[in-house]
This record gives sequence, structure tokens and C-alpha cells, in this order.
Amino acid sequence: MAARAVALGAALLLAALTAGPLAAVLLRAGGLGTLGAPEWAALRFTVWQALLSAGFSVALAVPVARALARRRFAGRGALIALLGAPFILPVIVAVLGLIAVFGQNGVVSRALAVLGGPRIDIYGLHGVVLAHVFFNLPLATRLLLQGWLAIPAERYRLAASLGLSPWAVIRTLDWPLVRRIAPGAFAVIFTICLTSFAVALTLGGGPRATTVELAIYQSVRFEFDLGRAALLSLIQLAVALAAGLVALRLSGGQGFGTGLDRVVPRWDGRSFGARVVDGVAITAAALFLLTPLGMVVARGLPGLALMGAGTWEAAGHSLVVALGSTALCLAWALPLATKRGELFALAAIALSPLVLGTGLFLILRPFVNPFSMALPVTGVVNALMALPFALRILRPEAEAVRRDYARLSATLGLTGLAWLQLVLLPRLRRPLGFAAGLTAALSMGDLGVIALFADPDRATLPLQVYRLMGSYQMEAAAGAALLLLALSLGLFWIFDRGGRADAGA
Amino acid sequence: MLVLEGVRVVQGEFTLEADLSLAAGARVAVIGPSGAGKSTLLDVIAGFYAPQAGRVRWEGRDLTALAPQDRPVSMLFQDGNLFPHLSVARNLSLALRPDGGRLDAAQRRALERALARVGLQGMEDRRPGQLSGGQQARAALARVLLQDRPVMLLDEPFAALGPALKAEMLTLVGEVAESLGALVLMVSHEPQDARVFAGHCVLVAEGRAAPPVETGALFADPPPALKAYLG
Repeated sequence: MAARAVALGAALLLAALTAGPLAAVLLRAGGLGTLGAPEWAALRFTVWQALLSAGFSVALAVPVARALARRRFAGRGALIALLGAPFILPVIVAVLGLIAVFGQNGVVSRALAVLGGPRIDIYGLHGVVLAHVFFNLPLATRLLLQGWLAIPAERYRLAASLGLSPWAVIRTLDWPLVRRIAPGAFAVIFTICLTSFAVALTLGGGPRATTVELAIYQSVRFEFDLGRAALLSLIQLAVALAAGLVALRLSGGQGFGTGLDRVVPRWDGRSFGARVVDGVAITAAALFLLTPLGMVVARGLPGLALMGAGTWEAAGHSLVVALGSTALCLAWALPLATKRGELFALAAIALSPLVLGTGLFLILRPFVNPFSMALPVTGVVNALMALPFALRILRPEAEAVRRDYARLSATLGLTGLAWLQLVLLPRLRRPLGFAAGLTAALSMGDLGVIALFADPDRATLPLQVYRLMGSYQMEAAAGAALLLLALSLGLFWIFDRGGRADAGA
Repeated sequence: MLVLEGVRVVQGEFTLEADLSLAAGARVAVIGPSGAGKSTLLDVIAGFYAPQAGRVRWEGRDLTALAPQDRPVSMLFQDGNLFPHLSVARNLSLALRPDGGRLDAAQRRALERALARVGLQGMEDRRPGQLSGGQQARAALARVLLQDRPVMLLDEPFAALGPALKAEMLTLVGEVAESLGALVLMVSHEPQDARVFAGHCVLVAEGRAAPPVETGALFADPPPALKAYLG
């Protein structure tokens, strides 16, 4: 009964923290009657960039996933592992890397200049789409690869023994798979891009490249027009909820698929042309993903020396926020690790952090200076945003532990605390470590609500990188970004590792 | 005396009725075709399944509304009798301290005695994964010994063991039950187990758990349901 009360408490807290801000936004917005031209423009741009981002991500992922599915080569496992990395990669770090490659003074521009071509500009719609493809091409590739590896080897054996032409193999095996997986992948990526904030903040902007999320931020920060922010939040909520529901229907239960590094024996694609096509796809994808990261490291190393006290202080803030939101997220996730709890938490993810932040801002304003609450609010919102992922990881394992040991524990009459300490936590060690690593890395790299609330004294590291970029201290920004990258990956590694070490029987 | 009084279980098509009493300290085999409800009968006694009607009494006390841990019952399941991540000693100590606390000196000695009783002395610090199947069964039995409850329920815990090992375990169960003076109810698929181990048999078939019958007499003149089962 005690366990039930805790679960109920966790659910109520979750409901209060999502419904409360939402109610504040709804009350403040006071109806939908005042949609002006700027709001429509923001909405149009949001949907348009998300469509382009999802379209390019999925279309480009098809050849890459097919190549990975049917080729073996040295480094294949590492490349597939790398495809999971963008999930815990801080957006601002990737943006900095992309600017170093595709920006006005980037590698590509300079190469073009040598050939007498024009310099390219990364800011605007194409930059936003480029960054979204950088983050979501790996996701789409993983989803497709999962599908391809699930096709039984016997099908390809049959195709080989029938002597099907390459075109016939595509029509009978590959194309039906793409048609089955691609819509779900498209919908998921579309939804992610709808609510992406940090990319739009850094690479978008201006009347022609402002998303709804960015417009919310600008209304709060620069115009202090809370009514407009609330109205925009309402739009964002409606769009994201609609897209989220479609994505949920289309995608089915895709998780953090494991076993992607196995190889299904294939007999097709042995011709010279097929090898070239696959080789180009894999090389291009690896270059596209690795070069920006390489640039962050290359430019960041000299920048490390330029880091001032502000950056170190911001790093300290970020660490505290990340650890705090990890503890909060896990404390929330454990009692909610049931099917009902997971559905409940999924409803919370439809709220964009900016909408949630605006609501919290409206609630806190009468009582305290909201800017002074920047770090705690960031920690809570980060925990909330990571909760669905933590539950996706923990729920199946928690259910298995309950299924396997509930009866034994009942005959022994284990107390609730003994069950938690001696059975549940030790048995969940691995998934807990993984979930903690993801949450800590996500929180460490998050540039969302903190931008809404931050005052000059309370920056997190991602915000500090953004500020350094904004004041054109690119070297110092690169150094701080490298530190951020190291801290995010380091936190993930430590927690994940801690879950695996000495796991025993 | 364990009494099942007008017990009735209904799960969709499946029904099970039981109206029987079992003497304290008796050894009873529960036999019958699979799916007839042998495990369900044990679940009702252990408190894992609440019957739609009827009562379960032990020595006159009504157990029907009690939670599993509050019943005078210990149970060995088909598998999962030990927590795999805890040492043998930690597993056994939970029988004495369900709150997970440390044992006092007397409890510690009791634990060592129980381990010695089942032939596992010196194995305190092993994890279940480091024991053989037979040793795991012994460790679980030592835990039952420490739980010291007057009713022992065995839901085929030795099904995965070979014939020789199983016979050995049945002998050990008999010794443990005798030292506790406990009533043993054992589900079995093997008529041979029942003949060797149990003085009485409860036949579960055709939606009914029959009152116990003396084992020799039952097999000498099997009722039609048992005949069909034995083939």
C-alpha cells in the first residue's frame, strides 16, 4: 500500500507540474482571437522547416541504412554506436561544429574560395534544416537499420536462389520495408523538429526564420509580452500534441534498439556499382557526422586556455543542475515504472520545455523574481523532459523484477524498504545506470528554459557557450564547447559504467 | 488441521472447487492432469489467489483475508526461490529479518545450523549462480527451515533435477518437515514421487480437489479420473 501511495504521489506531482504551467498559460492567453501576421509566419516556418528536416533525414537515411545492413567493414560497429551519440550530444556543441564546417569561415567555404566559388552562409532556413538533419539522420538510420536487420536471412537467400535482379530485390524486399518504417520515422523526427529550440535560437532568427518556440522566447526575453508568449505557447501545444499523436500511432514501440551491430548474411549487392553506392553512402554519412565533432575538438583545444571564471562557474552550475535533475528524474521514474505511468509521462513530453517554462514563469512571477529561480526550474524541467526516456528504459526491467520476485518477497514478508534496497535497486542497476547517464547528459547539454529564465549571474555551460558565440569570442566558445562535450559524455559514461560494474549474477 | 471449506475458484472457463481438510504434520501429494488447478490450489492456501467463495482455516483460525506473509505458510516455487544477486547467507537471513536488517548472534547461529542441516556449510558467501541446481534447491530448503512455518507448500521445485537428485531432495524435505512438524503439500507430476514421499494424495481433476486418500489405496484402486491421467 505504501508503494501505491508513493506512485500516486509521483503521478500527482507530475500532473501538477505539467497541468499547472499549462493552466497558467491558458488563463493568460485568454482565447485564440489575436493571431497576427508574425504568429502565422512563425507557425508556417516551424512546420516548413520540420517537414524539410524530417524529409531530408529519412530520405538520406535510406541509402545509409541499406549500406550498413548489407556490408561488413572494419569500424562498422563503431559507426553504428556513433549513430546513437547525437542523442546525448549537446545541441550547442553540434551547432558550433557545423558552423566550423559549413559557416562563412568554415572548411567548406574556404575550400570553395580556393576554387573561386562563393562563400556559403549557414544562418537561416537551410542552416536550421542542416542541423536538424545532423541530429536526426542518425535516428532515422537506426530505425531503418533495425527494420532491415529484422528481415530474416532466409528471404535474401530465397531471392539469391531465384536469381532476382537488384531492382527486383529492391521491389520485393527493401521497398516494402522502407514503406513500413519511413512514415513512423518521418513523424517522430517531424515532431522533434517542431519543438526544437536551441537550433532555431542559434542558426535561425529574424522574421524569416523564427520558429514558434523561438518566438515564445523572444516575447518573454525581449518584449516581455507575456500574453503573446502564452498565446504562442498555446499554438505550440496544439501543433506538437497533434504531431505527437500522429507519430505515436505511426511509429509503434520503437525503443533504444540493441543488437544493431549484428550482420544478416546477404547475397545481393555484390556488383561493382552497388559497392560504390554503399561506399559513398557510408563515407559521406561518417564524414557528415564526424567532421563537425572533429572541428569542435580541434578548435576547442586552443580555446581551453581562454576560458574565464564565468565559464568555470557555468560548468559548476551545469554539473549541479545535471546531477539534481538526474536524482529527481530517477526518483520520479521508479514509482512510475508501470505501463500506466509510462503513458502518463508520455503525455508530459508533448509539452515543449518552452511552454512549460513560460507557464512556470507566469506562476512564479507574483511570488519571486523568476530570474532568480533559473537553475532550480531548469533542473525540474530537465528531469521532466528526460522522464519518458528513463521510463522507456526502466519499465520493462522493473516489470520483470516485480513479475519474477513478487511472490517470493510476499512469502518472506519483505518490508517495502527491504524490497527497494535488496531487490528492486540491485536488480535494476544496469538500466538505472543507463537511464541516469542519459538524463545527466541531456540535462548537461540542455539549452532551453535556462535561456528563458537566465540572468547574467546564473548561466549554465550551454548558455555560456551561446553567450560567448553571441559576443563573437569564437575561440573561447569553442573551448567551452569542448568542456561541455567532455562533461556530457563523461557523465553518461560514468553512470552507464557504474550500472554495469560488478553486476554480479 | 488445514481446512478448505467450500472453496470455489472461477477464472473464465476454469473452475476449481475444494472441500477438504488435511492433518497437521501430514505429507500430502497433489496430483492430477496439468491445467486441472494443482498450482491454483496451492496459491489459494498461500494467499496469492483469493477464491471467489469459501474459507481457508488453519487450526480453527480463518486465513482467507490474510496476506501471504501473514499466513503460517512457507512456499517453494518452480523457480526463482533465491534472489540471484544476493549471497546465500543474505538470502537466508531474509527469512529471519524481512526488513533486511542484520542478524543477531542467535539468528546467525540458526542460519549456520540450517545450512549445515542441508549440507551447505561454508557456502554462505556464494551467489546462487555459483551453486549447482541441487545446491540451489538445498539453499531454498534451508530458508524454509529458518522460516519455521507449520505449512510447507512445494510447487514442483525439483522438476528440473535429475531422478537421483530429486529423490535425495525429497528425503531432505521429509527430514526438514519432520523437524518442523510441518504439514507438507507437494504438487507432483510423477506418481512415483507420491508413492515414495506422501502418505496421502489429493487428486485435482475435473474441476475438483478431492479430499485426501491414503496413497497406497489410491493407486491400488484408482478412480476413473486418475486412471485416465495415468493412462
